[in-house]
Amino acid sequence: MTNVPSDLRYARTHEWVRVSGDTATVGITDHAQHELTDVVFVELPAVGRQVKAGEACAVVESVKTASDIYSPVSGQIVEVNQAAVDNPALVNSEPYGSGWFYKIKLSYSAELNDLLSPEAYTAQIGQ
Amino acid sequence: MLKRTPLFDSHHKLGGKLVEFGGWEMPVQYTSILDEHLAVRTAAGIFDISHMGEIQVSGPAAETFLNQTLTNDLRKLDVGQGQYTLMCNERGGVIDDLYVYRIADRQYLAVVNASRTDSDVEWIKHRIASNPQASDIEFRNASDLFGAVALQGPRVNEFINTCIVGSSFAGTKVLQACDLKKNQVGLFEFTAGLGGYAIYVARTGYTGEDGFEVIAPFPVIINKIWNRILEAGQPFGLKPCGLGARDTLRTEMCYPLYGHELDESTTPIEAGLGFFVALDKGDFVGRSVLAGQKEKGVSKKCVAFKMTDKSAPPRPRYPIWSAGADAKRIGEVVSGTQSPSLGIGIGMGYVPPPFAKPGTAIEIEIRGKRFAAVVVPKPIYRKPASG
Repeated sequence: MTNVPSDLRYARTHEWVRVSGDTATVGITDHAQHELTDVVFVELPAVGRQVKAGEACAVVESVKTASDIYSPVSGQIVEVNQAAVDNPALVNSEPYGSGWFYKIKLSYSAELNDLLSPEAYTAQIGQ
Repeated sequence: MLKRTPLFDSHHKLGGKLVEFGGWEMPVQYTSILDEHLAVRTAAGIFDISHMGEIQVSGPAAETFLNQTLTNDLRKLDVGQGQYTLMCNERGGVIDDLYVYRIADRQYLAVVNASRTDSDVEWIKHRIASNPQASDIEFRNASDLFGAVALQGPRVNEFINTCIVGSSFAGTKVLQACDLKKNQVGLFEFTAGLGGYAIYVARTGYTGEDGFEVIAPFPVIINKIWNRILEAGQPFGLKPCGLGARDTLRTEMCYPLYGHELDESTTPIEAGLGFFVALDKGDFVGRSVLAGQKEKGVSKKCVAFKMTDKSAPPRPRYPIWSAGADAKRIGEVVSGTQSPSLGIGIGMGYVPPPFAKPGTAIEIEIRGKRFAAVVVPKPIYRKPASG
């Protein structure tokens, strides 16, 4: 049984969003890290980059595969998690904590309404 | 419809993540490729290799026929020994790489790649049909009859005798399985409730670690062997391992994998497998091309490399570039991964001979950016000296 915290919003592509004012923190879900297993490399977007919702802006690699991470929301990257770059295993051990990917200043907070609720995401992953 | 091995239910029960491989539904991992890899390097691991093909060739003309069909010299094999060898087409391109065991005087067992079994069978049948001694060659594709497991790792020797009990009665005769030496094969009786069954036990593998490959008929027998090994190996740190770990282990050792380092337009000489091509044994399929390459050289060579920049892991089909001011694209990665043992990106790829010398700086293009790497001697991973 994977963990789907009740205070987050989710993208169908398995990213989570934690909103704080006009900024959101983005990472990948427990389900996603479990499917990937053994994250060995994380590539994050440059700070300052403008991204659109649904745009591939990061890459996470396991031993076997490279997977694109799609930004759940539009905005400007304001901070990236160097700790996850230095120690990619954090994405496996604390996907909702120290394994976060980046913080983004929201362009359109209305986009948050397009994201899945914890219940809807739980249903999507078939738990 | 994907094929399933006799151990499919067991993979499912053990939580194996199943993927397609060579037409088979196989576990890529159970818990973690890294953990499974390290279990094999430090303790023990068991792999289902039932997807691999088994071809039996026997009869008075079997040796001559096989020696004209394969690159290595079969005459070097005593009864109870096996050798790595390749089967080439007339252009010297590799149809398959395989292990051939001499089970008895005129009886051979070939273990071939799952994805190549059908091509191999077709090629061998075609060659037998046009052979003047065809009536003296018996051939059987026994792939559907046999299941197989590979038991690999430095601690395997401590418990193999509790899984495979007693002495061998054919092949290499030994008092107990652990007395087999590298590349030797023995036939053992495996007792499982209903009676005894003959199984093949060979001291071979595809990981760079000590270990055994066990080939057995009937799904019920291979399941009993698998379960017995899982139980006996548990106190020694044995883990069931999937194809993911099998791939990272073989990549660290620079063992070729068909479809990556080898294909029908690549020769064993280009792949760096000249050691397994016996040009002096008389004629065999592809010999003239391979002899020409050995004499005049090749236009591409398979090299091993390590990343020297911090980068994402190299992957198959990533471009290889020369280093320096006038850098140009010189080849392509054929195998690449993060090395679980070394913690860095490693791989193999084909480059022109001037770039093939260990120590040569190269670059690997990863998502449009180039990262520094260096050509290294094979194998990439060497076991730390013990003690």
